[in-house]
Amino acid sequence: MTVQQAPVALTAKELTSDQEVRWCPGCGDYAIIKAVRSALAEIGTPRDRTVFVSGIGCAARFPYYMATYGFHTIHGRAPAIATGLKLANPELDIWVVTGDGDCLSIGGNHTLHVLRRNVDVNVLLFNNAIYGLTKGQYSPTSRVGTKSPSTPMGSIDNPVSAVEFALGCGARFVARSVDTLQKHLPVVMKRAHAHKGASFVEIFQNCIVYNDGAFAHFTDREIAADTQVFVEHGKPLLFGKDNDKGIRLNTSTLKLEVVKVGENGVTVGDILVHDETNKVLATLLAQMQPPSFPVALGVLYAEEGLDYTTAVYAQVAAAKSKKKAVPMAELLRSGHTWRVGV
Amino acid sequence: MSAVSAELPRHIDRRELESVVIRFAGDSGDGVQITGSQFTDTTALAGNDLATFPDFPAEIRAPAGTTFGVSAFQINFGARSIATAGDAPDVLVAFNPAALKVNLSDIHPGGLIVLDTGTFSARNLEKAGYATNPLEDGTLTKYRTLKIDISKLTLEAVKEMGVSSKEGLRCKNFWTLGLVYWLYGRSRQSTIDWLQRRFASRPEIANANIAALNAGHAFAETAEMPGEISSYVVPPAPLEPGVYRNITGTDAMAWGLLAGTQLAGIKLVFCSYPITPASSLLHALANLKQYDIVTFQAEDEIAAACSAIGASYGGALGITSSSGPGVALKGEAIGLAISTELPLIVVNAQRAGPSTGMPTKTEQSDLYQAVFGRNADSPVAVLAARSPADCFEVGIEAVRIATKYMTPVIVLTDGYIVNAAEPWRIPDMGAYEPFPVQFRTDPEGFHPFLRDPETLARPWVKPGTPEMMHRIGGIEKSFSSGHISYDPENHQKMTDVRAAKIDGIANDIPLQTVEDGTEGGALAVVGWGSTYGPISRAVGNLRAEGEDVSHVHLRHIWPLPRNLGDLLGKFDRVLVPEMNSGQLVTLLRAQYLLPAEGLNQISGKPFKISTIEAAIREQLEK
Repeated sequence: MTVQQAPVALTAKELTSDQEVRWCPGCGDYAIIKAVRSALAEIGTPRDRTVFVSGIGCAARFPYYMATYGFHTIHGRAPAIATGLKLANPELDIWVVTGDGDCLSIGGNHTLHVLRRNVDVNVLLFNNAIYGLTKGQYSPTSRVGTKSPSTPMGSIDNPVSAVEFALGCGARFVARSVDTLQKHLPVVMKRAHAHKGASFVEIFQNCIVYNDGAFAHFTDREIAADTQVFVEHGKPLLFGKDNDKGIRLNTSTLKLEVVKVGENGVTVGDILVHDETNKVLATLLAQMQPPSFPVALGVLYAEEGLDYTTAVYAQVAAAKSKKKAVPMAELLRSGHTWRVGV
Repeated sequence: MSAVSAELPRHIDRRELESVVIRFAGDSGDGVQITGSQFTDTTALAGNDLATFPDFPAEIRAPAGTTFGVSAFQINFGARSIATAGDAPDVLVAFNPAALKVNLSDIHPGGLIVLDTGTFSARNLEKAGYATNPLEDGTLTKYRTLKIDISKLTLEAVKEMGVSSKEGLRCKNFWTLGLVYWLYGRSRQSTIDWLQRRFASRPEIANANIAALNAGHAFAETAEMPGEISSYVVPPAPLEPGVYRNITGTDAMAWGLLAGTQLAGIKLVFCSYPITPASSLLHALANLKQYDIVTFQAEDEIAAACSAIGASYGGALGITSSSGPGVALKGEAIGLAISTELPLIVVNAQRAGPSTGMPTKTEQSDLYQAVFGRNADSPVAVLAARSPADCFEVGIEAVRIATKYMTPVIVLTDGYIVNAAEPWRIPDMGAYEPFPVQFRTDPEGFHPFLRDPETLARPWVKPGTPEMMHRIGGIEKSFSSGHISYDPENHQKMTDVRAAKIDGIANDIPLQTVEDGTEGGALAVVGWGSTYGPISRAVGNLRAEGEDVSHVHLRHIWPLPRNLGDLLGKFDRVLVPEMNSGQLVTLLRAQYLLPAEGLNQISGKPFKISTIEAAIREQLEK
């Protein structure tokens, strides 16, 4: 990230702390931590320069299980703590691990600001659309009608779309993946890490106890090919078992539509080519939902911009070149002074 | 007023005064605060001791001419040591009828009132709520008055200066300042220099204001002043030898925190969110970036505290500031810093009232919040500054305690202290012993909650240190390994050790001394924070009359100095004046089972010396 340093040889095992993992058996978090360790081993940042910061929730236990530096903080505030940490030491690789309640409910404000400021940290949102640690209340990403202890008749408020929120906040790196996609997930994380500035990665994560199968309508193996599209910069947005379905822009309605190559005269040339620097396209892709559309996975949007701490330290440097940091004794005597007695 | 006299008196016979209290008052847009601060600078240069009290309305630009838009600046200056901004003004300068209406009741009978008659129009009288014109209806017969059409004379003075009449009229505060300068025999040069610097890019504005200043001065010098208005001299005060400057509480705190981090050898990261009256500290530090300071305006109070904690976790000293309502929002984060035992400084510029209350008015009602205001057993160190200049010492002490004991430190100032100014004998920086932070780098036998046997502080390890990777968090941790622990006995032990660590600071702070008086006797007046000024003067006055009363003033609110209980036990009675309904007095009663009594004022204004004197007399007569 900040300092281009030769990667060190690192294994997933070396990234594993000696703490007993206390997630429920079958929790999607196991798959995610495996992917993170594998990505970090490939990235090769020394463990002592890597910090995991988390808030509160099941996902927030994550730092304890990594043999790096870690700070398990308070509910929703991890982005603010990570911002302060990055201000103190811009050379650290900082990962924020957060859940849907932590990131988008109690901590929504901090998520907004860490993204729009473009602080060079990687935010991993474990979205399971439920409050797990407090025993199963509906969350801000739960579908309308979610029955839970706090909503016995079903939830009535509309869910927030994490990636649309992130794009709206001004995030310059927005990606999406699924806990079980063990090949895709590390690749997305490596991209997030390589991006200078705030990176936001939504990971659909299955809560086996309180919300099992919440994303099955697009993650089940049998239907995944037809309900997911993997976006790649410069490549046409094709998907489907036979890779013959595609996303086309209807220029008269300014809406996306699913078409089949070979039907109604559609050719591959009609299919939209993903441009990850196009925020309008990213927003359209972020909105796609089954059953009419596949869920877009991969890097939806990535555009470099000045990151926050670089700008902060540029101002410090400018201040230093403009004004001399005179010794304290001299600073105290700046401006009007007068002498009394001898 | 009569016409300007043609003959200039060559020698002015000035009456000597020991001290004078002047209050400037006018619309928020009249430049009252600038007038006051210019008079302050000039007065300091003349060698007087002084204290000031800027008093603003909450509205930035309230409708002109209304009573709720009146802004005031009071200065007490003298040939003796000055402790407060003064009980009642000897001189009121009222720029409009509303300013007269709001301030008249505070003026001594026989006091001097300088009025701009040009503003006493029917419309302005109505806006101020005057049914009849106070200039004509006998309202002012108790006072000496100088009724001058300052508006008209200012416009005449600046008409050749190439400014619009609107801009010209805005010079009237400097015209008036010129007049007041003459009354007290003050030099105009420092203000002229300031105007030239301030309006370097608009010389016509500088020149118009200078012309107004000179015109006001000349008017006073040459006009046939009414017989009862004489000119005065306030000789220099006998101050301790040294180099002096004027300083506000805000600047002193900014410099104290910077000096503290320099003595500790660590980086300062200041994270705050705008709130009255605390914001000026963020502004002051944002202008000191050449010292490698990072300042961060966070998205809210919680983020301000959390980013400061993140900075401390990273090996800098995270400092946050706010006022009471904002500190309430930071409460959970302060608990995190207590639990993870990270240094953190929270500066609270206290303001009046619960909720929004009166943001621009002063109070000291957050002592409970500082000492007790968090969930669970969550002790922190609490310090309080007694005056604007004292903020420098308190800032340094806060850094020392936070870094040595790995703890949050709450620093209490208030709206009065942060805005007010006083002359300050600049300390010798060489006299401060450095207290360099030792970060732990040795992995041998390390765990993050291993404690220093003397201070009970845990080691501070910067992320980035090789082979020291570890995890911390707000969950209870094992005393012996630092890992997560729900063990009942361990929680008892950790709760006890967190308290013992803070209690132990009492062995590392000065013993409580008596400010003025004797170590025992009939009555101790115990204060904290900005009541220092009025208490010290009240006790001083009564001691001069031979009364058996002593003044004890606390800097360390928590832990309390270890001899305080014994010291207060040597007095027959203990009186605790506070600008709250009795917070320190409750703490002292609880700690020492003392029958201490409170003197409580919750008006948004500092105590008057006379109020405290009366309470002392009442105690002594009991």
